[in-house]
Formats: sequence, structure tokens, C-alpha cells
Amino acid sequence: MADPVLRIENLSKSFGGLRVTDDVTLDVRAGELHAVIGPNGAGKTTLINQISGLLAPDAGHIAFAGEDITGLPAHRRAERGLARSFQITSILPRFSVLENVALAVQARNGSSFRFFGRAADEAGLNSPALAALAQVGLADRADAAAADLSHGEKRALELAIALAMEPKLLLLDEPMAGTGRDETDRLVAVLRSLKGRFPMVLVEHDMTAVFALADRISVMIYGRILASGPPDVVRNDPQVVAAYLGDEME
Amino acid sequence: MAQLALASDRTPRRSGLAGNVLPVLVFIVFAALPLFAAFQAEAYVLGLVTRVMIFAIAALSLDLLVGYGALVSFGHAAFVGLGAYAVGILSAHGVHDALISLPVALGVSALFAWATGIVCLRTKGVYFIMITLAFGQMVFFIATSLAPYGGDDGLTIRMRSTLAGFPIFNNDRSLYYICLACLLGAYLLCRALIGSRFGRVYRGARENALRMGTIGFEVYRFQLVMYVIAGMLAGLAGFLLGNATDFVSPAYMAWQRSGDLLIMVILGGMGTLHGAIVGSAAFLLTEEWLSGLTEHWKVIFGPLLVLVAVFARGGLIGVGTRLRGLLGG
Repeated sequence: MADPVLRIENLSKSFGGLRVTDDVTLDVRAGELHAVIGPNGAGKTTLINQISGLLAPDAGHIAFAGEDITGLPAHRRAERGLARSFQITSILPRFSVLENVALAVQARNGSSFRFFGRAADEAGLNSPALAALAQVGLADRADAAAADLSHGEKRALELAIALAMEPKLLLLDEPMAGTGRDETDRLVAVLRSLKGRFPMVLVEHDMTAVFALADRISVMIYGRILASGPPDVVRNDPQVVAAYLGDEME
Repeated sequence: MAQLALASDRTPRRSGLAGNVLPVLVFIVFAALPLFAAFQAEAYVLGLVTRVMIFAIAALSLDLLVGYGALVSFGHAAFVGLGAYAVGILSAHGVHDALISLPVALGVSALFAWATGIVCLRTKGVYFIMITLAFGQMVFFIATSLAPYGGDDGLTIRMRSTLAGFPIFNNDRSLYYICLACLLGAYLLCRALIGSRFGRVYRGARENALRMGTIGFEVYRFQLVMYVIAGMLAGLAGFLLGNATDFVSPAYMAWQRSGDLLIMVILGGMGTLHGAIVGSAAFLLTEEWLSGLTEHWKVIFGPLLVLVAVFARGGLIGVGTRLRGLLGG
């Protein structure tokens, strides 16, 4: 088998006396969607923050595309193609929807130390941005201010920004958080259409969505990986059922 | 309400006519003023408005930081002072030509901005305000201790700058138009900057630095470059101020002066650029008018500013936009 795109080895992180990431070893293979599930407070977002470079681990290593990125700041990881979405929507509220995405295109497209010429008029930035918006079904909202979007639309924008980065790995931190049934279905369809183009790590509470999308699932509890494997195996793992899925799957 | 305040922060719309009426009008007034001033008290009017334009350049550069970057600098007058001292000190040594003193003024300002920006921009919010204030005061006290150059009392500039030997700064009218040209140039430069790729990343950092970082931008570098640009523009204002007043003193870079610049930006309307120009005019003309009325003019001026702060969110430009909205239906 080819080397995994992302390899996390013995990652640990403590906040005071609390071990939020406890000796986590995990890999993400080319093209797969790897879901990370677990109860609230299990340390899923903390894990995503360490992978994307917002938090430094206390111990362990993170390798991305064969390179050790453990010590790199977030923007350097993004340059290498590591894109993420946030559980709590993180967009530029006073920018237009199009400009939110065009900025992500700009980051991968030539120098940003250009002091003349209107960036908002650059077709080379706007058309890929529009394409990313079309993928998530937001193309007709391109000119709206990001702050004026509905919650579901903001979640979609969050995804479009990550897509516009032409990711080599996409980290999705609860992309469906707080969305209604219809919007969740729409986002699941979008994610399904993206499967195979690049590997994804999906943190999500919506078990229907997780089991519909995931190639592999890792279950996290108290900062540890309890089980890891294909959906069918994890679903029937007695430990997992006892600790977590038992009450989620009712 | 919120909508109105926000509207001005978005990317400047594609050269819409309405958005450009006010800036064009402002520059026409500046350009035409000397024609009318010729009839009465010419020297007084030209001197006053020259001062307005010089401070407008400084306020404009501060708006780049405050209005578009949420970097509230409380030490911006230091750059004005550095520019003015560059003229004064060089002149004291017999160097009068702007071909030397202007690059020195800009270079010193840029260097100071870069060296202090490296430190200041590691901090945020109130800490940024405090540390810029501290650096500003540092330069202020250095200037007061420059005994060979007048120390506390300041330094009289015996000869205004020349340009390649031509005494173009000597005539009030030509100085006026030099300042106007500099203001126009600075304004157009700022507009181009804000709309550019660079400016978009810079503005994005104000909106959501975390998101900008995870997209792949090291926002600190963009902020530092903008800080240097803003410092240089304020240095240009200082260069002109030294020439306009034939005098430099530490008071040019006192923290009160930094506060004045902030008030000009806020009074006019942050994040609009032309608001900074309107703000400097409103500030300096009101100050001039009130100080003519009574010795205790600050007693009136203070409450006036409070009223603007409370009732005119978005500054004078914001009030104008709202009035236009009401009249237009």
C-alpha cells in the first residue's frame, strides 16, 4: 500500500491535568474519507487543531505527504495543501461571499504582495471561486455579504473556502453542526461528490451522515482512539457500542 | 444602523459614481480655493488650508491602520515628527534640497516603522495601543533631549527645501499646490492599496486573522508592510509640515498630536479614506474658529467631539450617507 497522506504518531496534548489527546496514532490514506466520532469533549476538535497547526502537541509527530509538519505554523501547512473547515463558522463576515472564496484562491495563486490592480476584478481569482461556490450550491449568493447568509449557507461557504484551496487533505470539523435536515442532506451530497478527489478527515456527530460517507471510522473517547476500522466493523465493535454508539444509534 | 456602519467597510465598489462624488468634490474645493483666497487674507487662508492638507495626509495614513486593519496606533505623530526633524536637522547642516531630505524623511520613517512594527504587531487591541504610544513617547523624549537641535524649544528651519536647486517651497501658493499634489497622490495610492491583492489580505486579517492563517496567509507580514507604508506617508506629512511652518519641535510628536490624528480619522469616518481628509478639515477649521472666539475653546471643542462620537457613528461621512439615504427615500 502507498504511504498514507497523513500520518499521526503517538500524539499527546494536555491542558493542565487533562489529557485531551492521549497517545493518538492515526493515518489517512489517499482518497479515503476517514471519520472521527466520539462523545462531546472527547478531544476531536483539539485533534483537528493540532493537525491544522493551531495547537502545538506536547508529544508525537504529524507527517503530511511524507513531510514532518509537527513544528510548522498553520499558514505553512495551508500552503502545502492542508485545508480545514471550522466547527464554529469562521468566515470574513464583511466581505462578499465571492471574496471570501476568492481570497482562498488568491492564497494558492501567485504573490499576494501586489499593491496595484483591483483584486476584486481579477477573473483568474473570481472564476475558480465561483466554481467552488457552485459546487456547494452558493453561486447565486456570490455578491451577498457573508454576514447576511443563513446558518446553513454559512456552513456551505465554510466548505467552499476550503475547496478553493485545492486541498490535498481536507479536515472537516462538524460541517453539519447546527444545520437542518434538508441542509444536512445537501451537504452530505456535496461531500459524497467530493469523495475520491482528495482524502478527508470528517469529525461529525450526525451518525447517519458518518455511516453514509465514511470509508473508515475512528472512535475517540477521553482523548484516546478506542477503535478504528471500516464502518461495519466499528458499528459492531462491542466496546464502541458500550461506550458510545449504544445510545447514539437508537 | 449596523448596515450603514458596515457598508463603508466593504471593498470599495467598482468606481460607482455616487462613491466618488465626495472625494472629487473635496479635491476640486482644495484646487480652486487659492483662486478665491486671492481676494482676502490670502496668506492666512493658504496657510490654514495647507495645514489641513498636510494633516489630511497623516490622517489618511492612520486610516490605513485604524480603519482597514483595526490597528489603533496611538503613536502615529512620531512619524510626522521624524519627517519634520529630517528636514530641520539636514537644513541645520546646510542640506536643503528635497532630493536628499525627502528620501531621508521617508527612509527614517520607514525604518522606525519597521523596527517598532516588528514588536508592536505581535500584540493586539489595548496592548497595541499602549506599545505604539510608548514608542511614540520614546521618540518624543529623544527629540526633547536633542540639545544641538533646540531640545525642548524646537528648531527653526532657516531655509525651506529646494527641489534640484529651485526654491519651489518658498512661495505660499506653490507650497499649497505641492501639498495638494501630495495629498492627491497619497489618496490615490491608499485607494489602490486597499483594493489590491495585498490590501485584500490586509483587510481580511482585520475580519478574521485565524481564518486568514488557515487559508495560508501569514497576516503579520502584510500588517508589517502596511505599517511601514503608513509610517512613510506620515513621514511625508512631516516633511511638508516642517517646510510649511519653518519650524520643528518635539510637540509635533507628542501623544496629544497622535490623539488629534485619531480624532480626525474617527470624526471623518474610519475606513473610507476621504473621511480622513474631511475629518482633518473639520478638526482643524473648528479648532481655528473656536480658538478665535474664546481662549477657552477646548471647553466647547471637547463636548462637540463627544457629541459626534455618540450621535454620528461612522463619523461625518456616515452622517452624510445616512442623510442621503433619508432624502433618497
